[in-house]
Amino acid sequence: MLSEEERREIEHELTRYPTRQAVSIDAMKIVQKHRGWVSDEALRDIAEFLQLPMADLDGVATFYNLIFRKPVGRHVIYFCDSVSCWIMGAPRQHDHLCERLGAGRPLQAGETTTDGRFTLLPIVCLGACDHAPVMMVDSDLHTDLTPARIDRILEEYN
Amino acid sequence: METPLTQNARPDCPPDRAAYERAGGYQALRIALRNLTPQAVIDEVKKSNLRGRGGAGFPTGLKWSLIPKDAPHPRYFAANADEMEPGTFKDRLLLEGGPHQFLEGLMLASYATKADVAYIFLRGEYVLAARRLEQAIAEAYAAGYLGRNILGSGYSLELYLHSSVGRYMCGEETALMNALEGKRANPRTKPPYPGTSGLWGKPTTVNNVETLCCVPHIVNRGAEWFRNLANTSSRAKDGGTKLYGASGKVKRPGLWELPMGATAREVLDRAGGMRGDLRLRGLLPGGASTDFMTEEHLDVPLDFTQPQKVGTRMGTGTMIVLDDRTCPVGMVWNLEQFFARESCGWCTPCWSGLAWVERILRALEEGQGKPGDLERLEFQTRFFGPGRTFCALAPGAAEPLQSALKYFREDFERHIREQRCPWS
Repeated sequence: MLSEEERREIEHELTRYPTRQAVSIDAMKIVQKHRGWVSDEALRDIAEFLQLPMADLDGVATFYNLIFRKPVGRHVIYFCDSVSCWIMGAPRQHDHLCERLGAGRPLQAGETTTDGRFTLLPIVCLGACDHAPVMMVDSDLHTDLTPARIDRILEEYN
Repeated sequence: METPLTQNARPDCPPDRAAYERAGGYQALRIALRNLTPQAVIDEVKKSNLRGRGGAGFPTGLKWSLIPKDAPHPRYFAANADEMEPGTFKDRLLLEGGPHQFLEGLMLASYATKADVAYIFLRGEYVLAARRLEQAIAEAYAAGYLGRNILGSGYSLELYLHSSVGRYMCGEETALMNALEGKRANPRTKPPYPGTSGLWGKPTTVNNVETLCCVPHIVNRGAEWFRNLANTSSRAKDGGTKLYGASGKVKRPGLWELPMGATAREVLDRAGGMRGDLRLRGLLPGGASTDFMTEEHLDVPLDFTQPQKVGTRMGTGTMIVLDDRTCPVGMVWNLEQFFARESCGWCTPCWSGLAWVERILRALEEGQGKPGDLERLEFQTRFFGPGRTFCALAPGAAEPLQSALKYFREDFERHIREQRCPWS
């Protein structure tokens, strides 16, 4: 069941578009905001509310990069792996980050730390190439990454 | 030198509505709604030679006139703020630094195309831009620049921000429309073109952020002024200024508003040249999906026509610089990993060909290149090149690869011969 709040927020989005289907993506974002990720059960709730086939919604949910179909950590790190950051040494920074986040072995992209604090995901060019390498943590952009800077940034998120 | 797009851009603290108005903001909207018919706005933009700054360079006024005269309503406008072309960071500045300039351009474009509803399709990662746009939209509604019967003109426009959930494909205009309709962002067959049948089957126009930011200035100062902002050799087919940028190992990576037709050499000069004792090997003039240029091409004016003479195009105008201590094969592998991952899977040459190319490049980098690999790569650039796919993603992916094979052939061959990456 959608919560009262989720339902209200989705209904607000419905006023902005001429069809219910158009709200699919916004509905998933709203549910993800409240529940952390979009489970099969959540998709069923949305499908019922928007009167859409579950299969259509599932196809949409799996298509987009920022809809999570698995639980994620308390914070999500989006590490830019595109070309300008690559030229500026992003792979070395990424290795450092994976070492720092790993327990026993380096964390791999797509994994969540054992304490549930961070999930690490690759991301397409974040549009801050003059300050490469860059990453986002949740909605915060962090630029000009070095190992020391990465260490400091991680401390900001608990 | 005039810099109309960025002179009031303040990424740290953008002008609010009052500050924007004090600097002459929303005058163009008043002029248009009071004195100009939609057709007159289109005519002025046509005369200005403004072309689409998303990278394709389609003439903006012409795009606006593709809506049939008796086309039904509602009509839609979509601002493409899905900046995701690797190496491109220009629309971020315009959105974060001056949201009202962008909104005014969007309103004027919507008026010219008689749109009833406009959507801003913003990439989800641009969170700061989203906050600033939401605030600017609220201010514009409060001032009567949006909503019903704008400034007593009889024209009405509703404007909504759609924050996307990530996928490079969404920048393609027909895929963008599918995304707005709540579907997977696959491209659509053309024709019908969006001007006839776009969002929900209704007439729709899509323009890039930088394109829209030019429009208030054209209405305020006139087409001739705008055309003459461009360098002399570009004026016949282009107009205005352009945001050029440089990233990679240059001394001062950044973004500069220069006359349309600036050369790569001028942009590199702004960036202070190469870092330390590094030397320039080549550059992608405007994002991942453009062909490499080399030292000998640095004086070609970067506009929407002249780079074709040397086999490339301006694209987004934000160049990615390759130095002599970075492996060109590794760079192209990075680019093709991106394209392979972001392919939407709709067309076989794209999803299959890009994955294949990515595997060959990985093998070269990991010391497992085989004789014939370079020929296979060349075959693939033709196999998923122009005319074989619904959209420009795969043809764009072919551009850096085919030109790298031409300019850096020896580097590719060394990877096979030495069975290793000579740079690692």
